[in-house]
Amino acid sequence: MTADHNADDFKAVALSLQHARKYFGAVHALEDATITLRKGEAHALVGENGAGKSTLVKILAGVHVPDSGVLEIRGQQIRLNSTREAIAAGVAVIYQEPTLFPDLSIAENVFMERQPTRRFGRIDYPTMERSVEEILAQLGIKLDPRRLCLGLSIAEQQIVEIAKALSLKAEIVIMDEPTAALSSAEVDRLLAVIESLKRSNVAIMFISHRLEEVYRICKRVTVMRDGRYVLSDATSNVSQDQLVRAMVGRDLEIRSATSDAPTGAEMLKVEHLTEEGVFSDVSFSVRAGEVVALAGLVGAGRTEVATAIFGIRRYDFGAVTVGGKRLRRGAPLEAMRSGIGLVPEDRRQQGLVMEMSIARNVGLGSMKKLSHFGLLNSGRENSLAQEWGARLQLKYGRIGDSVETLSGGNQQKVVLAKWLARSPKVLIVDEPTRGIDVGTKAEVHRLILELARQGVAVLVISSELPEVLALADRIVVMREGRLVREFARKDATEELIVEAATVSGGVAA
Amino acid sequence: MSTAIESSTQPVSASPVVPAERRATSLILRAREFGIFGVLFLFVLFTSIAQPRFLSLQNIKFILIDTTVFALLAIGETLVIVSRNVDLSVGSVLGVAAFVSSNLYQIDPGISIIVVFAVGIGVGLACGLGNGILVAFGKVPSLVVTLATLYIIRGLDVLIVGGNQVVANALPSSFLAVASGSVLGIPVISIIVAAMVLLAAYYLRNFRSGRDLYAIGSNPSAAQLVGIPTSKRVLIAFVISGALAGLAGVIWASYYGTINSTAGNGYELQVVAAVVVGGVAIFGGSGSVVGAAIGALLLNTINSALYVLGVSAFWDQAIAGLLLLVAISLDKGIASYLAKVLRGRSRNHGA
Repeated sequence: MTADHNADDFKAVALSLQHARKYFGAVHALEDATITLRKGEAHALVGENGAGKSTLVKILAGVHVPDSGVLEIRGQQIRLNSTREAIAAGVAVIYQEPTLFPDLSIAENVFMERQPTRRFGRIDYPTMERSVEEILAQLGIKLDPRRLCLGLSIAEQQIVEIAKALSLKAEIVIMDEPTAALSSAEVDRLLAVIESLKRSNVAIMFISHRLEEVYRICKRVTVMRDGRYVLSDATSNVSQDQLVRAMVGRDLEIRSATSDAPTGAEMLKVEHLTEEGVFSDVSFSVRAGEVVALAGLVGAGRTEVATAIFGIRRYDFGAVTVGGKRLRRGAPLEAMRSGIGLVPEDRRQQGLVMEMSIARNVGLGSMKKLSHFGLLNSGRENSLAQEWGARLQLKYGRIGDSVETLSGGNQQKVVLAKWLARSPKVLIVDEPTRGIDVGTKAEVHRLILELARQGVAVLVISSELPEVLALADRIVVMREGRLVREFARKDATEELIVEAATVSGGVAA
Repeated sequence: MSTAIESSTQPVSASPVVPAERRATSLILRAREFGIFGVLFLFVLFTSIAQPRFLSLQNIKFILIDTTVFALLAIGETLVIVSRNVDLSVGSVLGVAAFVSSNLYQIDPGISIIVVFAVGIGVGLACGLGNGILVAFGKVPSLVVTLATLYIIRGLDVLIVGGNQVVANALPSSFLAVASGSVLGIPVISIIVAAMVLLAAYYLRNFRSGRDLYAIGSNPSAAQLVGIPTSKRVLIAFVISGALAGLAGVIWASYYGTINSTAGNGYELQVVAAVVVGGVAIFGGSGSVVGAAIGALLLNTINSALYVLGVSAFWDQAIAGLLLLVAISLDKGIASYLAKVLRGRSRNHGA
């Protein structure tokens, strides 16, 4: 808001949106969105889910036309009525989960609908493939333009999208949570690509829930809350605390120093767990009332260990014991009966049945309890869901609404409720706050800690180190399928964990 | 779900040798089309050993003409299936076009053959247009739309034909010659249709609107995002499929000479089988017209071989069904193997 004396402020404005408003019927998606992007600069847009970021992105992408407000691109007032018009105006949007054509080559994906042609409109494949090769080289990425997109990792798919943006000579690149699903090595690579975009004088809008990244690459930041922009300033002028406060509109309590080390009985014991080629000789235990974090890079085998414990995945050797009772391998029902719950990594695919109601999803784990002679009692199902909804402060319209209608954070609460209704002894949570906004994240953290206080043994898998440090009593680090270090919380720092997870050449993901 | 879990944990040893893999994958892709050539060859070999009459010129000609009709239908069906749709009405369209066009000779024996062809194609085109509008703009799933039109058009056919039928005596020899004319023992019409197949393949590979169909079938929502006129393309695919079915109807009439309301009954499933056996992915996005035509050739060869060997017609359908199952499971296997190889490859590059 101040800082007009900064020399960089004289960088040319690429895009400016003033006081945009967008209503969908009675829903006020956007009240007052204002943002200015400058050439060669990355500008962060942050805010909780539902703050209106997606609507703003869609306005710039030409998907929605704002009800009022002024959009200027390179000083010209403009109206983007379609995605085509946005592309023509030099705006490229890279979504978190790129939508490519798996059956077509990388080159075709980059040039779809704009393929260079020879006489009679025939596609000029050699020229097309050569230019994609050049763009990928410029980004420092080794990928064959002729290979199909089938089987590309999410990070590589984003690279294809960025290549597309470059081939369009886009001057404005909007990235909607590009790093949410990436491992830290991939994030580094992406951030390097963003730096090279900046050098080519591209204006970038970068949306992320990870504030470290915002500070690392963004010159400026705009905060949105409830459809309005509440703060817009140089990142050097705003502290992380101020940012978070602006996003949630209140102070967040961060867990006070360590509570006493828990001394409950050993609830979950994993011994020498091995699956050839995936993880080997993994041994650790979790006590009642204890939170143990499984840290490491994406691809280190953490999720695989968790799913092996729960019995979805078979392992070759080793043993899993819950409350003194050894579990058969590959038997998830037995694992559930013995008191394990698993909140999976991908809640939309694995944790919920998206089309079904909140009540049905909450009740899914307690079918037996809720039914009479094999018939489900929906009254009891509803009251169970309402009870847990209240305890977890779930925000919903009606209990019969489908879970699709909920925000990411509230969906995660539904998954938690499903397991909590079974009063688990051991709860495994895999990336509990991925894609969840700061405010709800804090609530989920509070919930996990509360569970531990009630004596549940909790195993948390998380790629976010602040989260690991905020939650865990003990931290076990995995690298390339093996346990490499164990820290008590008081001894752990982000640096030590990163070192343990990446040392020995480092590139594991 | 399970693949999602496994995908992140490919054991390192699974990644193939880097330089050879590109050749390997393109070989696999080609194998999809040319693998069936192997099957075809074996079939011809064994059948002709068991019954030399199988390789008589006359029999080969029969097979080629049958294949010609199916290959025409397969071109259109491929366009439709590649865009993640299906056209089940082609058999009925063929039937109604066959009768309406050839019946013109009963009304006016002196009518020009060009008009007869135009009417047949026009009838098919109109049917395809109806299908296309309902699918592309009505947003009704094509399986439902064309299943309905399969019955509706057949019903109309029965109404139009009544107790009537067209017989060969009523047809001029110039019309009957369309299917029977041959050069060096190869039916002219087969050569023309083979050229059409190659043309269609060239079009699908080298023109934007052709690539659009693959894009739509590969990822419909992404197709919309990059600005592909999805509805228009799907509509055109159905129109072409209808028009080709109309053309096939006229050729069918010329070949058989006797046309009642059962012409083309049940062809739709045989066409879909031919297309899928020919390596076109049933859920769209990949496959080629050439493959589909070879699939048609294979199925017709098998039909004929079973007939020549004196196997009952029941086996005919059972074997077509079996081949379909094998083709689809092979297709799935190849797709997941390909995904695995490609994933391993990007891993090598990513490191």
